[in-house]
Amino acid sequence: MCTLEKRGNLFILTLTGDSDDDHRLNPALLATILSSLREAKSQATRGAVLITTSQGKFFSNGFDLGWAQSAGSRPESAKRLHQMVQSFQPIVAELISLPMPTIAVVQGHAAAAGFALALCHDYVLMRSDKGVLYMSEVDLGLPLPEYFGVLFRAKVGSVSARRDVLLGGMKIRGAEAVRLGIVDGVHEGEEEVKEAGMRLGEELGNRKWDGGVYGEMRKGLYPELCGVLGLEVGKPVLPTL
Amino acid sequence: MCTLEKRGDFFILTLTGENDDHRLSPTLIAAVLSALREARSQATRGSVLITTSQGKFFSNGFDLGWARSAATPSDAFLRLHQMVESFRPIVAELISLPMPTVAVVQGHAAAAGFGLALSHDYVFMRSDRGVLYMSEVDLGLPFPDYFSVLFRAKLGSIAARRDVLLRGTKVRGAEAVKLGIVDGAYDGEEKVKGAGMQLAEKLASRKWNGEIYKEIRKSLYPELCAILGLEVDKPALSKL
Repeated sequence: MCTLEKRGNLFILTLTGDSDDDHRLNPALLATILSSLREAKSQATRGAVLITTSQGKFFSNGFDLGWAQSAGSRPESAKRLHQMVQSFQPIVAELISLPMPTIAVVQGHAAAAGFALALCHDYVLMRSDKGVLYMSEVDLGLPLPEYFGVLFRAKVGSVSARRDVLLGGMKIRGAEAVRLGIVDGVHEGEEEVKEAGMRLGEELGNRKWDGGVYGEMRKGLYPELCGVLGLEVGKPVLPTL
Repeated sequence: MCTLEKRGDFFILTLTGENDDHRLSPTLIAAVLSALREARSQATRGSVLITTSQGKFFSNGFDLGWARSAATPSDAFLRLHQMVESFRPIVAELISLPMPTVAVVQGHAAAAGFGLALSHDYVFMRSDRGVLYMSEVDLGLPFPDYFSVLFRAKLGSIAARRDVLLRGTKVRGAEAVKLGIVDGAYDGEEKVKGAGMQLAEKLASRKWNGEIYKEIRKSLYPELCAILGLEVDKPALSKL
């Protein structure tokens, strides 16, 4: 499922499982991720940083479509998919308002909601040697939840990159992802990308930022996304002068 | 404090004092605002505003020292709030100035000082010295609402916004050009001032109608105008 570990200033959220586990965002995993994020938030101090990663070939392969399809009927399948879409939204909200910097270490494939999960983070690192980012919805004939579109437009600046990713269903490897401005860096190998994530985490942690102020500043960067997530922007935070 | 000088078509606004970090105190804010209004009142076709400073700093932002020297923490907060609110009309004035505007950032520009530079149509800085720095995240100071809007309006790159605002990166000239934050970086104070004057001459020679220019500029930044309370007017259609 997932674990939340504290290592010094760093909160490390890991989607766990054997190397073939594709970390499908089913209701149980969604609930565990959400409660882990809330736990990290409750323990946040100056200099705290969140690092999210997974084990194995996949970062996350998106919603558990298998579980949705195994419902009795088409309407029931649609309801299950809708349930997952609804339960992922608070995770996005939690990440966009988290009172600490966030880093996604994408050590494997990230597809659909899994790709969205990565994009919710302030910094995204992936591997250059393995793994793709892929918005599979267009190929699967699945509509994009409204907040997904807003998230992608908020986080991916290039108009042609948005088209290639969302409309073109492109499978994007590390080097291309950097070129398109989707990720911040690539590293060769799982160890390397995880170490790079830890180094970045330490660097950001050493700045000892006030998490409350940081979270409000981050929300200020994404007003449309906050709007669609129901997040209040511009709550007065008392500065320490 | 600051001077406004007219040189032909140009209005040159200079924050004065070689050893000064040009903190945007209430006095300086008031002086800059009245200088901008003076320039506006004398605007003609071909007018251009150039804003620069003397010394190592373009401007180091609000006068936090003055805020902190208040009697109580809540008075300190009120002082900061006063500066935030009185700087707002400066941004509004620059966004609605009926002439092109060029910031010649000959030194460090931090926080509201960086915001001041960005409020201009064109920004040049030095490549050899000086950084752009949004210090707020390091100081634990939340942004005034219009700051986020200004930076989103003027910085197109999503990564640049994050690096500047969320990471408090100190950006030097070459990097600032690469990130699309400034229009050029020049080696040395003479060269950057020269580049500013050269651009201003080019802009002045177009002899633009300032009222039209200002409305077109405002239409580029609708969200910023809204938060500054600037109405986007429909200009007189006298030319059509």
